[in-house]
Amino acid sequence: MKSALVVFPGTNRERDAERALTLVAGAKVTKVWHSETELPSQTDLVVLAGGFSYGDYLRCGAIAARANVMAAVQAHAKRGGLVLGICNGFQILCEAGMLPGVLVRNAKLRFVCREVRLRVERADTPFTRAYRKGEVLRIPVAHGEGNYTADEETIREIESEGRVAFRYARPDGEIDETDGPNGAINGIAGIYSETHNVLGMMPHPENYIEPAIGPTDGRGLFESLSSAFKAA
Amino acid sequence: MKARVIVTLKSAVLDPQGKAIEGALRSLGVAGVQSVRQGKVFDVELAGNDKAAAEGVLKEACDKLLANTIIETYRVEFAE
Repeated sequence: MKSALVVFPGTNRERDAERALTLVAGAKVTKVWHSETELPSQTDLVVLAGGFSYGDYLRCGAIAARANVMAAVQAHAKRGGLVLGICNGFQILCEAGMLPGVLVRNAKLRFVCREVRLRVERADTPFTRAYRKGEVLRIPVAHGEGNYTADEETIREIESEGRVAFRYARPDGEIDETDGPNGAINGIAGIYSETHNVLGMMPHPENYIEPAIGPTDGRGLFESLSSAFKAA
Repeated sequence: MKARVIVTLKSAVLDPQGKAIEGALRSLGVAGVQSVRQGKVFDVELAGNDKAAAEGVLKEACDKLLANTIIETYRVEFAE
């Protein structure tokens, strides 16, 4: 699998993403600077890593979403190529209009940096095949603006089309919006594009891949990506 | 020509920052404040003096970047 890792000024989680992509997914990773107008040829997966692109100026992800490279990322997604946006990457995908809705300030106004439980909503996408539907994962979050929201019609659409990837859950898998880290509507932690080839998520699966550091529940996402390309 | 662009959250969107400011004003004893909503102001200098053209430019600026129209609305004021 060939992966392009897009880097904007202020992106700071690209090394963690690179480690997970190489270590778990066995991917060949090329870093792509935001001013590029093309992705490396035969890119299978584009990753937008976490951080604070452009210092979160204006709105989180707003300026990065308009960078040169994003036209190439959009074209890649239109061709059916896979795109994964983590944390600030999710915010960028929303600002770019590649995913619906927006991530606003956490309901309790605090930056939240802790482990959460995520329920896997479906296990039949290239990002989640190594998990089981309904499985509850331990994954960390670290964000101040992760409160997912959209208008009612959009939420209805996302829900009815099975486009919620992960929800903040209790250890038993129950969803409790008021108990989530950021107040996101319906406990939404990650969503897919219409064709399920673009995934944006606030939590950081790339943080939980090595037993020396802690739980390894994040490995499944990168294993899924790896097998998606072995099968192809 | 100078213009001011004011971007505010749509009324249906919760504004936790505004709420926090509202609470802070109350705890400071500032009486009579019923509610606070926070927004952004952009002071923009424009080339030329054609107001209609400037309105077009600012609309483009807002739709492309300054406002996220999913949650925000904007308005433009021209200064004299």
